[in-house]
Amino acid sequence: LRLIYTTTAVQRKNVGASGPEKYTEAFIKKQIEEFNLGKRHLANMMGEDPETFTQEDIDRAIAYLFPSGLFDKQARPMMKHPTEIFPEQRKIQWGEDGRPFHFLFYTGKQSYYSLMHETYEKLLNVQKYQDQLAAQDLPPRKEKRNLAGSRWLTKIELEEMLLEKLSDDDYSRFIQLLQKLMTLPCGDIEEKHIQKFCKEVPAQLQKVVFEPLKYDERGVAFSTGEGTRKTARASAIVYDNGTGKITVNGIDILHYFPVLQDREQLLFPFQFLDRVGKHDMVCTVSGGGRSAQAGAIRLASAKALRSFVTEKEVEFMRQAGLLTFDPRVKERKKPGQEGARRKFTWKKR
Amino acid sequence: DAKLLSEPLSHPDFFNVKELFSLKDLFDARVHLGHKKGCRHRFMEPYIFGCRLDQDIIDLDQTMQHLQLALNFTAHIAYRKGIILFISRKRQFCHLVESTARECGEYAHTRYWQGGLFTNAHIQFGSGVRLPDLIIFLSSLNNVFEPHVAIRDAAKMNIPTVGVVDTNCNPCLITYPIPGNDDSPTAMELYCKLFKMTIIRAKDKRRQSEIFDELR
Repeated sequence: LRLIYTTTAVQRKNVGASGPEKYTEAFIKKQIEEFNLGKRHLANMMGEDPETFTQEDIDRAIAYLFPSGLFDKQARPMMKHPTEIFPEQRKIQWGEDGRPFHFLFYTGKQSYYSLMHETYEKLLNVQKYQDQLAAQDLPPRKEKRNLAGSRWLTKIELEEMLLEKLSDDDYSRFIQLLQKLMTLPCGDIEEKHIQKFCKEVPAQLQKVVFEPLKYDERGVAFSTGEGTRKTARASAIVYDNGTGKITVNGIDILHYFPVLQDREQLLFPFQFLDRVGKHDMVCTVSGGGRSAQAGAIRLASAKALRSFVTEKEVEFMRQAGLLTFDPRVKERKKPGQEGARRKFTWKKR
Repeated sequence: DAKLLSEPLSHPDFFNVKELFSLKDLFDARVHLGHKKGCRHRFMEPYIFGCRLDQDIIDLDQTMQHLQLALNFTAHIAYRKGIILFISRKRQFCHLVESTARECGEYAHTRYWQGGLFTNAHIQFGSGVRLPDLIIFLSSLNNVFEPHVAIRDAAKMNIPTVGVVDTNCNPCLITYPIPGNDDSPTAMELYCKLFKMTIIRAKDKRRQSEIFDELR
């Protein structure tokens, strides 16, 4: 046997190859005890009762004792229960005599395959129930489930649930099996099992509630709206039964906005709805420049006009872009460039 | 304790597995039906009784003997608290095989076989794994009609195998082959029932013997 000369770099153990750190149960228990002791110490330090010290109090205390200006919340010092910090891991799968606990242990992906097994069993149950109903000549029940408001769990969520890695094929097969179970007419029996893998999708189109018309002392209907553009903030009050007079910060628009373009911007919502001479407007605006103030007032007046107008016309306004907030702001200048986009002159030599 | 383990070995059929099945049961479950003549494997010729209208018929007398030996062997393994793994790659009977294994208290693998499950077990599972002590193949081919990888891996890891071999299978590396049909539902249900009964019988006998020993 010859000694093969190796360098220290090769002899160093490849720590990364052994996978993520495995935490033993004893380690986690010790961490939980330390956490509880630390919680009581913290409560004493802050002068509060150790028995009724909740997680929110801990967060506040830590934020007070260790102030940090870091942007990333997860980089700041935190004190949480060890179960939230250490990721859930699988414990040893076999007993003292070596026999594994789960009957599908030798497949490698025991939770996933046992899930498939159970789901398939539910499918067989449903088919048997259907046959029974058919034998008794009863018509199969037809109850529709709300398909629009729910979605299946994503692959990552399923992996978290099963604590196992899945492949894309495995995931798609599982979803297909669930869909098959759901589409059967008597699939409602296994509702509970399917519900575990459904998630509610919050309604994306939230109806924007616009306020109803208000009436002032003279009996004239009016409504308010607010708008912003770049750094300008505007708030407009649109009155009904008017002559088309528009006042900005107490000054008439002819004097406040000498440029035609800005006045056009103000009148655009009224022109779009063919109500040019029918409304009066009083608005206040601050900040920004000439054009930004005009855009802000435009948005504010369009929002105020929503209350005067039918829903169809509101939809038309939205499609015309009158109700959309304009997010464009001045882009910052970057180092190594002359402006936001302009680079320095390139010289070949 | 030594007597507990050596006593069953002195009898040829300690667990009386012969009474669990008869020739008529095998015939009714269509165990004798093989594949067509073109699918015949060369090494299955000794087990074939004959060929009728191009379909091979398996010799049920030989099947009886092989089945008795195999069931006796599984009963002994179960008596000595060994781990038994059921393998079948037939999609029709996957659920049946898994339920059988679960009811026996043993293990099953009816899914896609990952490469190093036996040969690379310490890395795939963990460092203290115990591999199965017996593997029962309820269908020894995989979905591409090739011999299942587990037959070769079990032979590599010195794990004895019991397997139902059909006329298109290779019975070479299986220690206790059982020539018989692996495609009919009735045949598969019969095999599952027989294996389940032997394993449960053997485990009960073991528990009884332990209780007798403790009482003394």
